[in-house]
Amino acid sequence: MVNATASAHSAPKSARRPSSNLGDRIFALLCQTAGVFVLILLGALIIELFIAGLPAFRAFGVAFVTSTDWDPVREAFGAGVSIYGTIVTAVLAILLAVPLAFGVAFFLTELAPPWARRPLGTAIELLAAVPSIIYGMWGFFVIAPAFAQNIQPWIIENIGELPLIGFLFQGAPFGTGLFTAAFILAIMILPFIAATMRDVFEQVPPVFKESAYGLGATKWEVMKGVVLPYTRISVVGGIMLGLGRALGETMAVTFVIGNANRISTSLFGPGNTIASLVALEFGESEIGSLKLASLLALGFILFLLSFVVLATSRYLLRSRLKV
Amino acid sequence: MDRRSFLLGASAALTLPAFGAHAQAAQITGAGATFPNPIYQKWAEAARGATGIQVNYQSVGSGAGINQIRNRTVDFGATDAPLNAEQLATGNLLQFPTVMGSLVAIVNIPGIAEDQLKLTGPLLADIYLGKITRWNDPQIVALNPGLTLPSLAIAPAYRADGSGTTFVWVSYLSAVSPEFKEKVGVGTSVRFPAGTGARGNEGVAGTVRNVRGAIGYVENAYAITNKLVTTQIRNKAGNFVKPEHKSFMAAASAADWSVPGFAANVIDQAGADSWPIVAPTFILLPTNPTDAARSANVRRFFDWCFTNGSKLAEELEYIPLPESVHNAVRGAWRQSFGA
Repeated sequence: MVNATASAHSAPKSARRPSSNLGDRIFALLCQTAGVFVLILLGALIIELFIAGLPAFRAFGVAFVTSTDWDPVREAFGAGVSIYGTIVTAVLAILLAVPLAFGVAFFLTELAPPWARRPLGTAIELLAAVPSIIYGMWGFFVIAPAFAQNIQPWIIENIGELPLIGFLFQGAPFGTGLFTAAFILAIMILPFIAATMRDVFEQVPPVFKESAYGLGATKWEVMKGVVLPYTRISVVGGIMLGLGRALGETMAVTFVIGNANRISTSLFGPGNTIASLVALEFGESEIGSLKLASLLALGFILFLLSFVVLATSRYLLRSRLKV
Repeated sequence: MDRRSFLLGASAALTLPAFGAHAQAAQITGAGATFPNPIYQKWAEAARGATGIQVNYQSVGSGAGINQIRNRTVDFGATDAPLNAEQLATGNLLQFPTVMGSLVAIVNIPGIAEDQLKLTGPLLADIYLGKITRWNDPQIVALNPGLTLPSLAIAPAYRADGSGTTFVWVSYLSAVSPEFKEKVGVGTSVRFPAGTGARGNEGVAGTVRNVRGAIGYVENAYAITNKLVTTQIRNKAGNFVKPEHKSFMAAASAADWSVPGFAANVIDQAGADSWPIVAPTFILLPTNPTDAARSANVRRFFDWCFTNGSKLAEELEYIPLPESVHNAVRGAWRQSFGA
């Protein structure tokens, strides 16, 4: 049957012209071009960032990466403050988001009634669809005042006085700052991590879980002893994905981080991330100035950071997907 | 078929009027300072009917405005930080002032009402240097014997973006405090040792409104429209003055406009009633425009503003320039453009 159809199709074709796969070849060529184009674009971006940032590296040397100076008047720039802010907000966001995401995924796969799973899952994923500038505005107009008036004064007065961890919670109750930025970031990366966790939790073969239940394990013991070890690599991959997102987030962070070019030991203090610093100061940097070169060098450093995180996550996820 | 032709017809009907409308108004674009943004928007609205010129002004900050006019991406740039003669020459720019504004300090202290708190320039410099950290510091209490100041942490707010408002503020603080001048310096974007940053005058006003114990600096118009609590500041003559029309006019009348680029320094003027922080805001216009018609429209627009816009400026609590300065600017236009 298939052969008859094939020969019926090929007969009129061979009657028209000898090479019948020109369309296929053109299509393949277009696809290859698209693939190569993406690689070239990525390479060009990296090279362009590096070359444009070279004046800054030359002017300040390797100390550019660690220097906490950012003084436009004296033309002394350093990446230390923004790298610190980027890493602190991203790590704090992960610390806040992962338990929450785990709870969401656990609830969706084990505890929720079957009729609620689809709508709740969609609701979580809709969080990812909110534009990041909306998060920024919501953070600045709703969360920052709430923190400034209710939460931060209480914490500063009570926990800020404690001996060992008090220094983390001192300072004026601005409402904005590293902690608020991490909080907003945690809400933004929550859907990614929760969705990944939920998907891999559902992939655990039911027979494993059922045999554990048969032995008398509780829901938590099944999760801890069977599901998590089975999905560990993918869960870590999902977390790395969220971390990559948190490292590069710009607009939401710019609104609420307080924009200060100094390192603050307190979590309530203002700071800067690489993305927010570039967003704020890019518009006023003249072409060819040292400030612009420093901003582009910062972009290059951020690119390296994100690349490392994303490459690790892809590597971890790939070994699971192939199985 | 029917639905498709209907959709095509509807989309054509919706887009065609747009082409017609654009052909009418002459358009000019500008970008820069947030300091004069309220008055520029008001003037643009009023001038549209009278002159037929449609002005599109984006308040992106003085630094970005200077950058954009240097790259000629807009027809005029607006800045609170004047360029010096050398920068104007290399950039082929003509600089002229449009209006003056005053900077006020705004505070959010429970129990302190409008214009009650008395501060001095050196005190403000110390606050922004991070040396004075609580509102009941002895130095502040000594100036305000009649007020009960709480033991609240001071939370200074400053402009995070490159801003002419910052330029005026740090110019004043550097003028009254040598330590501030040495440690921080003057520029549109400086490194403040203490406090948190916010975008735009609006951001600083919002931060001060939300944070108890906050202090910030904004253009007077923002303080009035947002009903923020302003303070008295001691001027050069040693008197505590309130931020009101009388004190602004006293400072403005003492300015010397004969300097190159009209870059008069009105900061910390002598005079019993002068408000210490008054500054003009400037427009940058290319002297070698690629589109002569648009450049002419920019001058027509500002000429209209000089003639008819003073009342609007005063309503928004800006300080109109003296008529002599208006005429000096018109003379500068004639000199550069011949028209």
